[in-house]
Amino acid sequence: MGKTLAEKILSEKSGTDAKAGDIVIAKVDLAFVQDTTGPLTVRQFQSSGMGKLANAQRTVLFIDHAAPSPNANLSNDHILLRDFSRQSGCILSEVGDGICHQIVQEAYARPGDVVVGADSHTVTAGGLGAFATGMGSSDVAVAMGLGKNWFRVPESFKIEVNGDFQKGVGAKDLILHLIGMIGADGATYKSLEFHGNTIKKMGMSGRFTIANMAVEAGAKVGLFAADATTKKFLETEGRGKDFKAMEADADAVYKKTIKIDAAKLEPTVSKPHTVDNTALAKELKGTKIQQVVIGTCTNGRLEDIAVAAAILKGKKPAKNVRLIIAPASRRVMIEALDKGYIKTLVEAGAIILPPGCGPCMGLHQGTLGDGEACLSTANRNFQGRMGNPKSFIYLSSPATAASSALKGEITDPREVM
Amino acid sequence: MLKGKAHKFGDSISTDHIIPGRYAHLRSNLPELAKHVLEDADVNFAKKVKAGDFIVGGNNFGLGSSREHAPLVIKMAGVSAILAKSVARIFFRNAINLGLPVLICDTDKINNGDELEIDLTAGTVKDKTNGKTLTFGKIPEVMLKILNEGGLIEYVKKHGDIKV
Repeated sequence: MGKTLAEKILSEKSGTDAKAGDIVIAKVDLAFVQDTTGPLTVRQFQSSGMGKLANAQRTVLFIDHAAPSPNANLSNDHILLRDFSRQSGCILSEVGDGICHQIVQEAYARPGDVVVGADSHTVTAGGLGAFATGMGSSDVAVAMGLGKNWFRVPESFKIEVNGDFQKGVGAKDLILHLIGMIGADGATYKSLEFHGNTIKKMGMSGRFTIANMAVEAGAKVGLFAADATTKKFLETEGRGKDFKAMEADADAVYKKTIKIDAAKLEPTVSKPHTVDNTALAKELKGTKIQQVVIGTCTNGRLEDIAVAAAILKGKKPAKNVRLIIAPASRRVMIEALDKGYIKTLVEAGAIILPPGCGPCMGLHQGTLGDGEACLSTANRNFQGRMGNPKSFIYLSSPATAASSALKGEITDPREVM
Repeated sequence: MLKGKAHKFGDSISTDHIIPGRYAHLRSNLPELAKHVLEDADVNFAKKVKAGDFIVGGNNFGLGSSREHAPLVIKMAGVSAILAKSVARIFFRNAINLGLPVLICDTDKINNGDELEIDLTAGTVKDKTNGKTLTFGKIPEVMLKILNEGGLIEYVKKHGDIKV
């Protein structure tokens, strides 16, 4: 019997013939934390008696959520992480370097790796074929100390996507549509594995967007085959030697197959306060917004900023709309500068934030006021997520977000493009 | 035997309801952080909850972030177990890793304020208020071992390793 991608990776990393439902101990190839989960991880690690890191060069502390820090308490948490990095020899990613998930895919994760991060969107690296999953501080502390942890081998859902997207429609609309269809707990504990012609043709940026949001359907991982596109991506990153072809066996067993016709998808939006509360952008026409955010680990890549720049070139956002752009990493920022996107966006009235998580988690740089609504390219719109439980968050693609910024209300990008 | 009162919540209680991101600056000051437990779902919860009480949720309890602070502040509030119809994956693991039991059962049969008695070994929830007895799903063996040691860090401290 063939294996799914999840079964293949966990078999190799556990040295067993792992099948869905098995509990295995698997080697962890990369363990990381960020600045809001890292301090607890460090404390748990220090109290555990494990003493030394299993692999300091594959342990990374990212300062991205509150970067630069908005207050003394968080600054002190940053000091704790810097001190731990010095003492333990692990890698520190500093304020301004960018979002953990972006840097993990740019610089660390390899196809076939097991990656654990103290952040639920660790699943992003599934886009390049790594079994990447979010865990809490204690679990990541154990992975840091022992170089391994226990995993339940997940059952997999095969998501088969065929057909060409319409203009103005893309990876974000696909994943919002899927989550709307199966629900925020529709794939709890499962591996979502993406197949079909649409996926084969899709670039890495779109694959990361989809993998990033697998957790919003409750999934443990969102996995893509590592193919020629992945190889080219790693080569461009100067990591060609990290490539390893990975694909599920043709006779792998899936708990469920879900077929999606990409050609039938339309620009999709999640309404407050859950990600699975989806509607078509055109159905929300007239919904006023006071802020638009383009960025985050879901959609802060060069391709996303390019889409926004193309829509906003020579134009201005509607009055009373604050347009915030946060590149996902220093690398993305530099490329967006080189391509002239940042200039275009600043001229169009955008506010550019330093590379990092931006206002996504409500810590700084764009907290909403009472009754305000924001359209964001982020992955989560829970009540209070952006710092104010009396505000409203809608989620969309960069195309829908940029188009809506122009109009001051939720807008189907096909009206503008 | 665990005894206490049920504090009932609806479906989809997220980690942002349990401990909002806007309090991230208190994460190295746990007693202060814990004052905000479940604030965005019930602003008076921290004042009402008594040691030993239970949180009774609906579907997909604890969805969202990987923040272990979510089950941690619930534990610090004195809650002795969480009951729900279903629970999000990371939250489930985090709670067990802190030695906080999460029990899956049909919570529609429990009302807010009911007095409950939970027998972890027998797998039963006795609702003293309405006289009904519910059974809860088995906790996977590996998690039970961790729970019985008082959490993952305690487990590793004792065994120096992790085994299944």
